[in-house]
Amino acid sequence: MTGRVIPDPRPSTAAGPILDVRAVTLRFGGLTSLDGVSLRQERGSVLAVIGPNGAGKTSLFNCLTGAYRPQQGSARFWAGEDAVELVGRSPHRVARLGIARTFQNIRLFPEMSAVENVQVGVEVRARAGALRGLLPTPAVRREEREVLERSHHLLDFVGLGRRAALPAGSLPYGEQRRLEIARALGTTPSLLLLDEPAAGATAAERRDLVTLIRAIAEQGVSVLLIEHDIRLVAAVAGSISVLNFGRVIAAGHPDQIRSDPAVIEAYLGDTDDERSRP
Amino acid sequence: MSGLPHQPRLTRLTRLPRSRRVRSLGIACFLSALAAVITGPSGDADHPLAGITGSFAWPRLIIFVVAALGLWAALLSGGHLASRGRALSTRARAAMMPSTSMPPAPGGDGAGPPAPAGPLRRIAAPITGRHGARLGHLALLAVALAVPPALSTAAQQALVGEIGVYALLALGLNVVVGYAGLLDLGYIAFFAIGAYTTAYVTSAEAMPWHAPWQINPFFALPVALVVAAVAGVVLGGPTLRLRGDYLAIVTLGFGEIVQLLANNADGVTGGPRGVFGLPPLSVDLPGVRYSWGLNPLPYYYLLVVLIVLVMVVFGRWERSRTGRAWTAIRQDEVAAEATGVATIRMKLLAFAVGASVSGFAGVVLATKQFFNPQSFGLQASLLVLTIVIFGGMGSRLGVVLGALVLQGTAFLLRDTVPPADRFIYFGAVVVLMMIFRPSGLLPPRRHRALPRQDVPGTPAVPAAAGTPLVGAAVGATAGAGQDSALAPGAAPGPGPLPAPGSLRTSGPPPASGASPGSGAVPGPGPGAGAGPGVGPGAEPAL
Repeated sequence: MTGRVIPDPRPSTAAGPILDVRAVTLRFGGLTSLDGVSLRQERGSVLAVIGPNGAGKTSLFNCLTGAYRPQQGSARFWAGEDAVELVGRSPHRVARLGIARTFQNIRLFPEMSAVENVQVGVEVRARAGALRGLLPTPAVRREEREVLERSHHLLDFVGLGRRAALPAGSLPYGEQRRLEIARALGTTPSLLLLDEPAAGATAAERRDLVTLIRAIAEQGVSVLLIEHDIRLVAAVAGSISVLNFGRVIAAGHPDQIRSDPAVIEAYLGDTDDERSRP
Repeated sequence: MSGLPHQPRLTRLTRLPRSRRVRSLGIACFLSALAAVITGPSGDADHPLAGITGSFAWPRLIIFVVAALGLWAALLSGGHLASRGRALSTRARAAMMPSTSMPPAPGGDGAGPPAPAGPLRRIAAPITGRHGARLGHLALLAVALAVPPALSTAAQQALVGEIGVYALLALGLNVVVGYAGLLDLGYIAFFAIGAYTTAYVTSAEAMPWHAPWQINPFFALPVALVVAAVAGVVLGGPTLRLRGDYLAIVTLGFGEIVQLLANNADGVTGGPRGVFGLPPLSVDLPGVRYSWGLNPLPYYYLLVVLIVLVMVVFGRWERSRTGRAWTAIRQDEVAAEATGVATIRMKLLAFAVGASVSGFAGVVLATKQFFNPQSFGLQASLLVLTIVIFGGMGSRLGVVLGALVLQGTAFLLRDTVPPADRFIYFGAVVVLMMIFRPSGLLPPRRHRALPRQDVPGTPAVPAAAGTPLVGAAVGATAGAGQDSALAPGAAPGPGPLPAPGSLRTSGPPPASGASPGSGAVPGPGPGAGAGPGVGPGAEPAL
């Protein structure tokens, strides 16, 4: 097909890992934020990372996406057949490899419209560079049309089809979260990192989020999720890793995790938060 | 004086300053007092207050009180006009909405051309929207082409040297500051580099240091463009990793270095005497022969061509991937980087583009007039920045108008206001501007609704027809924050990834692709407010 400018996401049929993190250690001066963290995610799966505040969850994300550079360890990612090392790559290169993320405190482009936000993501896969983009040749125009079309599709997918023309900053909180997910999906990731997507969400929004994450996973995108809400996690994640003080203290199936004494002590037991109780 | 009876009056008094009128009066008084002090006599060590008392001598006082009242009246009526204009334009925009921001055919029977527009839209169309903008631009261009020959030579000189060149500079800086959000305080350095490059390649006498061969001044344009762009990359490469204030400081230093070099490197640049005697701009090609000579007018038209060219190119960029990447960087660099935007590269591009436009302006300066290092001081950098802020950061037409208004006013007042005082007025004008129009004379149009091109196909997902509210399920429910049954929900939502969107690649946008099914989709149709039932022809105008 000559017209295919935006590639489809990589096929997800192949079994095997998509992400293999080994012994990642990250220190800030004397503070060890991550201490030999290892985890492994299968292609097409939903993996959740839980843990109390300050356990190092977001630091782990930042190491994977190139925002931080861990002192030790490796993080390998299978974009296609071959594994590539993530440590030492700049964030935009990681994004181009096929890892997209959202932020704990939403980071949209507030003055751009919703659809433009998504376009920025989609255009990562576009070909027209700065100079070629100057000449509105048919190829360039077609690409722009496809980018726009895909962006609208993504907005529909997260349920923001009607908000396309509104400035992102004017959207209500819950919609901003979903717009961020749409923007991340725009980069055609094979691995999507969601950093506390349910923070501040209402019960209804949480249910919608579960649906959305399942829909994303059904499209063949692997999802790595940081979340506090254990019910939400149990509803979507095939497996869970628990972080505490920068270490993985447990990993496995949600049911296992819920009954793991170490987890209960570190995370579930000492909080009075009823929603985290099974 | 005492107790309760006065309470209401007191509250009224405290409330008064909030009223618009009083605030305007305060501003008018402040400005005219400022003007009185500035234009009055100056005090000295023996009579430090002479300046103040002299400024407010009786006859002057009356003049400035009248001026303050006049300004007040202008502010008030201006406010009225502005709010009325706003109302008008929102109404006009409302009338346009269906055609611009919404799909042409929510009903979805894509066959056939869009139904004829309603009468209201036909009237509104030429005034607003794209057509209107284009007409307005053409009218402005016509004025810009037709008026200058009627002006005095001095005015023409100013049009070239002060307005045109600065408009070009402002357009370039607008890319750096307005689009990419990088504060560059040494921008004028690239102007200097453009000017000195021109001198270097076009004349053997103007500077002690010159190129081994001389080229036709016209070809100095591309040479200066490339040299300035390279200088932009050289400066930008190591510094664009810095953010915000740090970048401003480094560029400030760079600007100073260039000016000091121009000033002190006598053997290379000619030093503080400056450069003169460059050949006027000329084309000498087999078919075309033309010299710009010594008259300002030809240079003016050259500048108009350059400005229009730059505006067209940047307009295209603004709406393209590049422009969106710049905007994204400006609004949240971390998010842009995480979304895959090569931020350093895009910032470098902005820097290089801004620098090369500045180089263009340098060529015009060099071939038109004499110049010396004084033209490239910090004040000039700040002036360009002022023009950009005044005109409207990110707005091409805005910054050109900004140059016209600011520099034009300076030209008109050149006999009444000593040049040294000029910046006081610029400062006052900018302060006023920030109070009344914080985003500039002509703010950029943002979040313009993009026409949706894929109407017919979008909602035509099999699941959608069966279970209404599918794709939009997530949106409608969560958006409203009401009860939302998880239920059939988005699970089979209109798949974004391997789904229709990317597969149906090169199909012609609407028309043929419209399957009858798509029209039947009830909920998720993008028709928003209009309701698909109304049909494309009937605009929900006003």
